[in-house]
Amino acid sequence: MNLYARRKLINTFNMTASVLTTLVGLMFLGWILIVLITKGIGAINWTIFTEMTPPPGSAGGLANALIGSLMITLAAVAIGTPIGIMAGTYLAEYGKQSVFAEVVRTINDILLSAPSIIIGVFVYTLMVAPMGHFSGWAGAVALAIIVIPVVLRTTENMLSLVPTQMREAAAALGAPRWMVIMSVVYKAAIAGMVTGVVLAIARITGETAPLLFTALNNQFWSTDMNGAMANLPVVIFQFAMSPYDDWRELAWAAALLITTLVLGMNILARSLLRGHKA
Amino acid sequence: MSTMAAPQGGNVSFNMAAAVTKKTGSTDHALTDKVDGVRHVSNGKLILRDVNFYYGKFKGLQDINVSFPERQVTAMIGPSGCGKSTLLRTLNRIYDLYPGQRAEGEIMMDGQNLLDHAMDVNQLRAKIGMVFQKPTPFPMSIYDNISFGVKLYENLSKSDMNDRVEWALRKGAIWDEVKDKLGQAGTALSGGQQQRLCIARSIAVKPEVILFDEPTSALDPISTLKIEELIHELKSEFTVVIVTHNMQQAARVSDYTAFMYLGKMVEYDHTNVIFTKPDKKETEDYITGRFG
Amino acid sequence: MSSTQAGALNEVKSVAPINRSKLSFALGDVVFKFTALFFALVVLMLLAGIIVMLVKGSLPAFEAFGPGFITSDEWDPVRELYGAWPSLTGTLVAALIAMLIGLPLSFGIAVFITEMAPQWLKRPVGTAVELLAAVPSIIYGMWGLFFFAPFFAAYIQPGLVAALGPLPIFGTLFQMPVMGGSSGVSVLTAGIVLAIMIVPFMASVIRDVFEIVPGSLKESAYAMGATTWEVVWNVVLPFTKTGVVGGIMLGLGRAIGETMAVTFIIGNASQLGSSLLDPGTTIAAKLANEFNEADGLQMDSLIAMGLILFVITFIVLMLSKLMLMRLAATQEGSKT
Repeated sequence: MNLYARRKLINTFNMTASVLTTLVGLMFLGWILIVLITKGIGAINWTIFTEMTPPPGSAGGLANALIGSLMITLAAVAIGTPIGIMAGTYLAEYGKQSVFAEVVRTINDILLSAPSIIIGVFVYTLMVAPMGHFSGWAGAVALAIIVIPVVLRTTENMLSLVPTQMREAAAALGAPRWMVIMSVVYKAAIAGMVTGVVLAIARITGETAPLLFTALNNQFWSTDMNGAMANLPVVIFQFAMSPYDDWRELAWAAALLITTLVLGMNILARSLLRGHKA
Repeated sequence: MSTMAAPQGGNVSFNMAAAVTKKTGSTDHALTDKVDGVRHVSNGKLILRDVNFYYGKFKGLQDINVSFPERQVTAMIGPSGCGKSTLLRTLNRIYDLYPGQRAEGEIMMDGQNLLDHAMDVNQLRAKIGMVFQKPTPFPMSIYDNISFGVKLYENLSKSDMNDRVEWALRKGAIWDEVKDKLGQAGTALSGGQQQRLCIARSIAVKPEVILFDEPTSALDPISTLKIEELIHELKSEFTVVIVTHNMQQAARVSDYTAFMYLGKMVEYDHTNVIFTKPDKKETEDYITGRFG
Repeated sequence: MSSTQAGALNEVKSVAPINRSKLSFALGDVVFKFTALFFALVVLMLLAGIIVMLVKGSLPAFEAFGPGFITSDEWDPVRELYGAWPSLTGTLVAALIAMLIGLPLSFGIAVFITEMAPQWLKRPVGTAVELLAAVPSIIYGMWGLFFFAPFFAAYIQPGLVAALGPLPIFGTLFQMPVMGGSSGVSVLTAGIVLAIMIVPFMASVIRDVFEIVPGSLKESAYAMGATTWEVVWNVVLPFTKTGVVGGIMLGLGRAIGETMAVTFIIGNASQLGSSLLDPGTTIAAKLANEFNEADGLQMDSLIAMGLILFVITFIVLMLSKLMLMRLAATQEGSKT
């Protein structure tokens, strides 16, 4: 076999392997989605939204987990977004290349990919243990710690994309720095910043580990953020690991709900950013 | 008007400002003295004394001594990197935004030193407007673009604000093109329109001086012509300083021209003197295209 | 119009900036800047807080067991003896399996998207992979427990044991588990599920890194008659080496710290079996299972394991950041 034929053979072999790996990868992912949809759709019905999580062996819904997840997520976003935006503003507008800013950036990257269960342990030692009980607030703080690095990073990136001349033009009209940032720079970067918040919500919607040790679960309807609160991820975990068919059914329904929400928010974030670029 | 020495003179409508120009501006240059290439002007709005500028350790401007006359157009020319934009950016202290950049010396306007640390830079910038190389419409409606700067310093009623916006847009020679779409985004306009919107935005706060930093270098010839006409009209009310890399443009729009090279003010005089019989060899070489 | 203009003209001199704004402007600047600075400090304090709380919480465990805590394989709440070894090795082994399987898959997908796929297919496949990276890990865990593990036990495990089990030394890793293994719950299946979970993530990172290779560089290789594979192997990969390694490290960090995808399927055995088909546990899974019921020394030991996990991911992340920074540096270099 001559050299050229051998090179071509190697190329064909490796390229075929590349196509095959893609097919294998997509096949597994397709399998997961099909399972999720078929099991989930079979389990979803109206009572999911109206009834509480049931005791073992009886039918019920997810109403308390839905409201719990909603409240914890909202609180987490309310706590995490301002911190992330202001810290990101500091890095993009004031800190820039300073040593302090570089340190904050590195630490933010560490928080961004720290195992989420560690954040659960941290908030447990910080809030649950001293207070003596699980609480929705503890869950919200744990999720907020996940929101902060996501929002911080997108905010900084989006503010850095705003042309310097825009800031100079606003300053040249006599606007002080804070008004330049608040009224002009933020306005120019708003689509990207909203995208960051949406991505952060998507990220925490499916987070289970940090809630296990903080909000835990609650079998009953509760809107008291000071007590243990039901939430979808922990319900999925506890119900799916249980031996009861009713519970497993509900777990699949909740899993489909969560995945739909997460993917929906990711698609929303993409279209937001694309609309902004156009 | 026939005594106007500037090459483009003649189509300025007769008003107070033009009369002032006529009396103190271009006709008496033979009487004022020229020291080391820099012509002294008696009606200086901005008077610079020993201005030095530093980017960190690098000296961007060296001992600039010059006066820019009131209600006249002064152009600054020179090869890129000569310090003309730097000088412009010291006049409204926009360099203050960046740590490590600083200016020394005096820039006097109406008896106040602009470089004084006690000077409130925001109020200073409200008096000295600036138009940039690339159009910089803010991401808001045309109306809000104009009212943004006004709201910073004045509490106007709705109808007063409407009047002000209309006035500014008319001054910016763009009213007729946008009067039916004031609510639309400023970014949706064409490049030339955007630049005139930015000029109107600067005018709206009623500054005394307007600085132009190569305002037409990103525009097509027709838009350029409109902006040049506009600049020419503006001098009846405002003191204008313009940086341009285009010598023809300097000759067309300005009454006075400063030639800068390597951070120094080489020559400053009436535009027609600079372009017809400059004192300095460097100026002549640059004007005739022998370097730069 | 002319009246407005004339009126305004006269005003020009008389309207001076209003002084009241001066104070609020200056004050606003100070307040805004320090608020921003304060929240940047909050980010610093968060990490400091995590480290302090983990160290504080784990001190009793390290005082009781010393450094032997890391290498001890005891986990006995009755006698109050705890060690991190089975969980630690389980974490590393599951992550290693995930990387061995996930890496070629991610690499192949990234090559497919950047170098092979026709233009109309690039976007959809790229988007699909990115969206799949966003699917919550608990979904992978459920699928693994209810579908993949039984499938694996029924169709793959017997063949695997028959083929690899008789091999010397290596074969011990593939012995049929003592408990029968019909559920398919094991370290190996956990590793495979982890692999499938991190593939979309790693594939999109590697694809992003591949895409920074200047087109002209690839074109000049193609112009010399190089095949697609030769361009990938000899041009794209050397150019992006550090970035690819950085992306792999990010994936490794995820695999090591992942909780839910693993907890469902690793079997949560407290002892380490010699075969990969035996159930095992990881630090994250152990925490998820026992933390809420623990107290006293058991709780301290669990927190100590959390500290170990955090230190490992911290090191992996710093390495990946270092790699990605070096890639950025070579990019700067190639520009000038």
